This record gives sequence, structure tokens and C-alpha cells, in this order.
Amino acid sequence: MNSSKAVEELSLEALRKGDRSEFARMVEAYYPMIYNLSYKMLGDAQDAEDILQETFLKAYRHLRDFDGRSSLSTWLYRIATNEALMFLRRKKPEQISIDEPLETSEGEVQPVQIVDWCCLPEAELLSSEARAHLDQAVEKLPPSLRVVFVLRDLQGLSTQETAAVLNLSENAVKTRLSRARLRLREELSSYYGERLSERGGA
Amino acid sequence: MEHQDCRRLLGSLSDFVDGELEAEICAEIERHLAECPDCRVVVDTLRKTIYLYHVSSQETSPPEGVRDRLFRRLELELKSEKES
Repeated sequence: MNSSKAVEELSLEALRKGDRSEFARMVEAYYPMIYNLSYKMLGDAQDAEDILQETFLKAYRHLRDFDGRSSLSTWLYRIATNEALMFLRRKKPEQISIDEPLETSEGEVQPVQIVDWCCLPEAELLSSEARAHLDQAVEKLPPSLRVVFVLRDLQGLSTQETAAVLNLSENAVKTRLSRARLRLREELSSYYGERLSERGGA
Repeated sequence: MEHQDCRRLLGSLSDFVDGELEAEICAEIERHLAECPDCRVVVDTLRKTIYLYHVSSQETSPPEGVRDRLFRRLELELKSEKES
């Protein structure tokens, strides 16, 4: 996940013994990755910062129990995703969306939007308004799908790494990723479809 | 997307665009796409959706001050834990 030299040189032994300077090096190496994950999960800078701080506090307190079976980054991602999911649960304990998309018997979202917006120019597809819409679409995903999408498609983890972080089977990761992507495709098709018809192209 | 094949293949499209399907299912999807314009749109826009998220997620670095506030909080909390 992170192959920089600084990360490779971190001493697990020193970390487990509570060596503060080694811990500071670990924080330095991994804080951008954990902040990005938290921000993409929560969509709010202050909340993301809180999760970032809690993650490293927890990491420090539990480093002596870290058995090294997974990589440090997987372990940190695991703490951060747990913190973010708990935060979402506390914030919206009974989140029920009134416009949940229709699902097939296999749990996939039935495509409703059949409009080919791929031809829109890149500048329009990635305008600041469009980017805000991309973020909002992710925030609409249920947390169980969002976390898989964020790890796989936004943070760039492999299926295997995502499965290790979330303690899921690789098949479960693939299924959730598929559902998340189809829902996002649906959201984006609705948004870009409107842009297309404004251009008189639909 | 009303055809039975469309529904059946829907759950495999994500793996299909990742190139992670067995050759047999892959060939079946390709045969279906050749005759189903709706599913071609779904696959093309699914690919584009993933691409847009990849592109838009590449340039984010934490805002200024995040790093300093993180180190300050860690220092404070770990110091008070040591003292208690």
C-alpha cells in the first residue's frame, strides 16, 4: 500500500516498545493516507481530523499487541475504518433512505438510467460542480458499501488488502464493490444525463 | 434492462470491467453486449464512473494545519497518560 523507504525502515520492535520517535516517524508516514480515508468516508474536514487523531491515539495504545500478521498500513486502515464506521453509526443511528434504489433479488441496483454521457468533455465531467456531485454520490452510499468503495477505488487497495482491512472474504468485497459502483453509476448518469440534455445532445 | 440476461449478468459487470472474470463468463458478456445496446451503455458509463473517481481522488493532500494539530494532540494525550 505504501512502499516508501521511510515506511519500510520502520522498526516494529521499537514501535512495540513504545519508542516515541519511531512512533512519530510512523505517524509522519501514514497520516495523509488515514486523513484521506477518513475524509472520503465522512465528507467533512473536521470529522476527518477527529478520526485521524483517534486512530493514531488508538494505534499508540495498542501497538504492543500488534502481531505483525498484517502490514502496518492494513492495521492502521482497520483502526481508522472502524472509527469512521462507529462515528457514522453514532451520528445517524437509524439512517433509512426514503429513496433507496430498487434492487434485484441478488441485491444489485437495477439500472434505470440508460443514457450514454461518456461523450461529455473531460472539463465538464470533472468541473468543480461535477466533483462536488461525485463526493455527494459517495456520501449517499450506505456505510457498508461506502467503506469498500473508498478503500478499493479511491485509496487504491487491492481486493485482498480490502478484505484484510475489513475482515471480509474477497467475494464479499467484490459483491459490495459491484453494488457501490452500480449505485454510483446510477447517480452520475442522472446528473450527467441532465448536463447532456442541457447541451441538446440527448 | 428488461431482458433476463441483462439482470443475470448485472452482478458480473464490475468484475468484467476490472478484467477479473473467467474467460467463459467474459465471452458470454461480450456476446450479450454485442446484441444489447442498453447493457453497452451501462458498461461504458460504469467504466467512466470508475475512471472519474480514480482521477478525482488522486490529488488530495491533507489541508494545512492538520499535521501540526495531530502531533500536538498526540503529544498532549500521551504525556498525560504517562504522568497518570
